[in-house]
Amino acid sequence: MRGIFTISQLTIHEALRKRVLLAALLLGLAFLILFALGIYFMNRELIETSRGPETQAQRALVYIFLTMAGLYAVNFLMVMMAALLPVDTLSGEIRSGAIQSLVTKPLRRAEIVLGKWLGFWVILAGYLLLMGGGVLLIARLVSNITPPNIAVGLGLMLLEATLLLTISIAGGTRLSTLANGVLVFGLFGLAFLGGWIEQIGSLFQNETAHYIGIIASLLVPSESLWQLAAYNMQPSLMRDMTLTPFSPASVPSNMMIVWALGYILIVLLIGLWSFRTRDL
Amino acid sequence: MNYAIETFSLRKEFGAKVAVADLTLNVQRGEVFGFLGPNGAGKTTSVKMLLGLVAPTSGDARVLNAPLGNVPVRAKIGFLPEHFRFQDWLNGREFLDLHARLYGMSSAKRQTSIGALLKRVDLQDAANRKLKEYSKGMLQRIGLAAALLNEPHLVFLDEPTSGLDPLGRLIVRDVIQELRAQGTAVFLNSHLLSEVEITCDRVAFVKNGRVVRETSMRETSNVTDVELIVKNSTPRLLRELEQFGKNVRQLNGSIHLETENETHIPEINRWLVAQGVDVYKIGAAKPSLEEMFLAVMGEDARAG
Ligand SMILES: Nc1ncnc2c1ncn2[C@@H]1O[C@H](COP(=O)(O)OP(=O)(O)O)[C@@H](O)[C@H]1O
Ligand SMILES: [Mg+2]
Repeated sequence: MRGIFTISQLTIHEALRKRVLLAALLLGLAFLILFALGIYFMNRELIETSRGPETQAQRALVYIFLTMAGLYAVNFLMVMMAALLPVDTLSGEIRSGAIQSLVTKPLRRAEIVLGKWLGFWVILAGYLLLMGGGVLLIARLVSNITPPNIAVGLGLMLLEATLLLTISIAGGTRLSTLANGVLVFGLFGLAFLGGWIEQIGSLFQNETAHYIGIIASLLVPSESLWQLAAYNMQPSLMRDMTLTPFSPASVPSNMMIVWALGYILIVLLIGLWSFRTRDL
Repeated sequence: MNYAIETFSLRKEFGAKVAVADLTLNVQRGEVFGFLGPNGAGKTTSVKMLLGLVAPTSGDARVLNAPLGNVPVRAKIGFLPEHFRFQDWLNGREFLDLHARLYGMSSAKRQTSIGALLKRVDLQDAANRKLKEYSKGMLQRIGLAAALLNEPHLVFLDEPTSGLDPLGRLIVRDVIQELRAQGTAVFLNSHLLSEVEITCDRVAFVKNGRVVRETSMRETSNVTDVELIVKNSTPRLLRELEQFGKNVRQLNGSIHLETENETHIPEINRWLVAQGVDVYKIGAAKPSLEEMFLAVMGEDARAG
């Protein structure tokens, strides 16, 4: 256990020292400012053009739509961070040989992998809290509206990031940094595309497309988790519209969460095994 | 006998490439053991197997009485890797502190031993500079310090002098002598023969994944190398010379053999004459470590 925490600390320390986090924070900040400006001016316009009580509900929908758009962008930032931050951590240290001075210490190889995993997980959770929290806070300040079930929604977004993080860590035990990056983004892309094929398939009631999508989301459940998060964070009125990109025509079942948890566990175990059994 | 290292026919193949063919050796506790040989001889792979970095294809070993891959025993082992790449975004002191924490050392213990080691490897002035800014020699010295943090019972040094200037080499030599005085065993890999390797208690010469020669540095002085130049040397003659000594071989037109008893020299002479062999020269010399080294290194030594 001590070993895991030492490695986690080291991981976080390294991300801070190498200014990776600084870059991510600046990018995030720029995004939040953009979002704040957008929703602020939109709000001013809406207040001027619609006054009657009947438009109150419509306005709420617009705010929630904007908030969802903001969270969707946060989701992309999270995907990038989850895939890229850890992509080089094992493969790079294996290639350079720096890993040798860790592995010969009195700690299990599993502790190194888990320590890195935990370190990045803490970074991702913090980043999500900051960015997701920022979007929600800005939306609330401007419009006094907060989408429902935000804890569940943010939790699912974190689960998605955790899934990609785990793939990135596990891939790094054997692949070069470049191959690992291709793997993680490839799998994410597969899930993303599959998710849309599934949506469009169910919209036009095309069974084949629907099933292709489901298979893709079983192979890589990342996109389904976002869809589930988006589904949870919008009011029923908006869910029924099915026209916005955040209102899935086919809602992933809650079993997808169980599958994602199992998936993470399996990929993590594969990563641990793969690192334990390789020559360094 | 309680050995620091015991290996039993360790072998490592990387695909078709045999890096270590058959390594059987013992290193005693407190002994400074030199593992010498040309580049590619299998020295690093051997050390990696002993440290659990690389799994042997076959064979077995015990390190400080623990089986290969044992985790707790690593608290008593120090290691300076050959291609030392460290966490170069840390400064010297942070780097040592990280490694001390990985050894599970208490904060008080870390404080004192890091200060002492920085001084020992002459890096006090660079302690607050990032490793990124260190020269190769400085990195090697900070790596040496990291290998000694835990007051190990056994230290592996893989080519510890390859990046060092003469002054740096003297530091390594003195550190090794201090370790010996403290009863720490040292396993020293090297393809060089400098003042450092000469301080070993015992050396093994490796080539192509095999130990070709193992000798105690104290024993070497008893051995006499006999050189003969005769008119017609036959395989049979070489075979029969083995009654006088070992390692009979033909080298650059002369016959060499090793004997531990100098009275054999006149006996060899008499025997040769009795056999009707024309003797042109008979000479005796103590083989130096350099000669053994050159004999093993062959072309490699001259190239380097
Ligand atoms: N990971 C590896 N894959 C393939 N061949 C290797 C690997 N590591 C070492 N070798 C080969 O094994 C031989 C021994 O290498 P090494 O143990 O590094 O020798 P030394 O340390 O004596 O220079 C060399 O021929 C080297 O090319
Ligand atoms: Mg080597």
